Amino acid sequence: MENALTWIAGNQQIIYIVILMIFVGIEVIGRVPSVLHTPLMSGANAIHGVVIIGAIIVMGRAEADNYFALILGFLAVILGTLNVVGGFVVTDRMLEMFKSKKKGSK
Amino acid sequence: MNFSILTIIYIISSVTFILGLKMLSHPETARKGNLVAAGGMFLAIFGTIFLYEDLDSGERLHNYIWIFSGLIIGGVIGTAVAKKVKMTAMPEMVSLFNGMGGACAALISISEFNHFASSNFAYHIIQSFPGESTVDVGAFELPLQTSTMITIFLGLIIGSISFAGSIIAWGKLNGKIKDKSFKGQHIVNLGVLAAIIGITIFLLATISSSFEVNNGLLTNTAKRISIQGLNIHMNTSVFVLFYLVFFLSLVYGVLFVQPIGGADMPVVISLLNSFTGVAAACGGFLYDNKVMLTGGILVGAAGTLLTILMCKAMNRSLANVLIGSFGGAKASQNG
Repeated sequence: MENALTWIAGNQQIIYIVILMIFVGIEVIGRVPSVLHTPLMSGANAIHGVVIIGAIIVMGRAEADNYFALILGFLAVILGTLNVVGGFVVTDRMLEMFKSKKKGSK
Repeated sequence: MNFSILTIIYIISSVTFILGLKMLSHPETARKGNLVAAGGMFLAIFGTIFLYEDLDSGERLHNYIWIFSGLIIGGVIGTAVAKKVKMTAMPEMVSLFNGMGGACAALISISEFNHFASSNFAYHIIQSFPGESTVDVGAFELPLQTSTMITIFLGLIIGSISFAGSIIAWGKLNGKIKDKSFKGQHIVNLGVLAAIIGITIFLLATISSSFEVNNGLLTNTAKRISIQGLNIHMNTSVFVLFYLVFFLSLVYGVLFVQPIGGADMPVVISLLNSFTGVAAACGGFLYDNKVMLTGGILVGAAGTLLTILMCKAMNRSLANVLIGSFGGAKASQNG
């Protein structure tokens, strides 16, 4: 119990960030029109690709003779990049489609 | 100095993510919003590569060749695949990329676990007894906070579930994987989930005492050993259980998505998307990296709300989509 309390006290910055970000996340997309659901999902998908930073840190800290860590880190960097790059490109293509559709209907 | 610049870059990136999401939810600004978020991501990635320093040792990152080849390979494949995919196949592509992110989070957890389990903690133990040549055997404890261990496990479990689930969702939208469910699957699902949680709690409780101390120089009084040439191993059982958790999480991801009907896939993908967000946030906890934390939690929260909104747009509840599927599959068989 005491451990948990000291942990909370020691990490209050992070706890504040988490709580505030939850509200920001909910507020920010609260009024999205339903046509934008899929592009928004795709955009959010690209944003959580920020996990690649963790992969870069793993990779960058691995000792040069620790092949297990190097290979894991390398795979993680590739997968993370796929998530980021692919996510943003796909979202852009989706939104491009929306634009041309709108012009066409007008 | 470098690190302060990186902090500023991370703040800017976090703001672009929020702005990006905000703009993405309005039709006129959506495309620009995507670019804003992409710009922030670019900054964060290259800032990390060139400016990151380890908080304890002040060490910079190395292995640049590996990092850049990974970035280039991933970037080229990602762009090519995303450019080529047909408009109708977009959602399955999103699912696939989401799975990649989940896998990335899981790999980070595995890597960090091994990092802690091997080199690092012998070093920490030696450091915590400065100037002493022998130590009490009982004094050995894992110099690792339980909270760090919890985030490693959370990242592993959520990332793997998201990965396996996304791949199944991708296959379903592709038409390669059919809806399948067997009698009592929800009980099996709950059982697997309970096993994952149970093993994790067991490991968390026992890990600080599950290692072997080997030292050829085991000296005099039986309970004190020499620090020199100290060799500390994590028990093999810890690794076995750790990978068992990994494996069971993958299984759970498959079982979780498998019975859900193909038409409900976008909702499931959105849910898995928010899972990956949380997994990314776990990485943020682990490295005390605020941009991963904000980005991950932001997507976790927005993704969850988006999932609910998508369900509402279909006039259904989330529980109905997730659990009702078992009934739905039966109904379709009957009809």
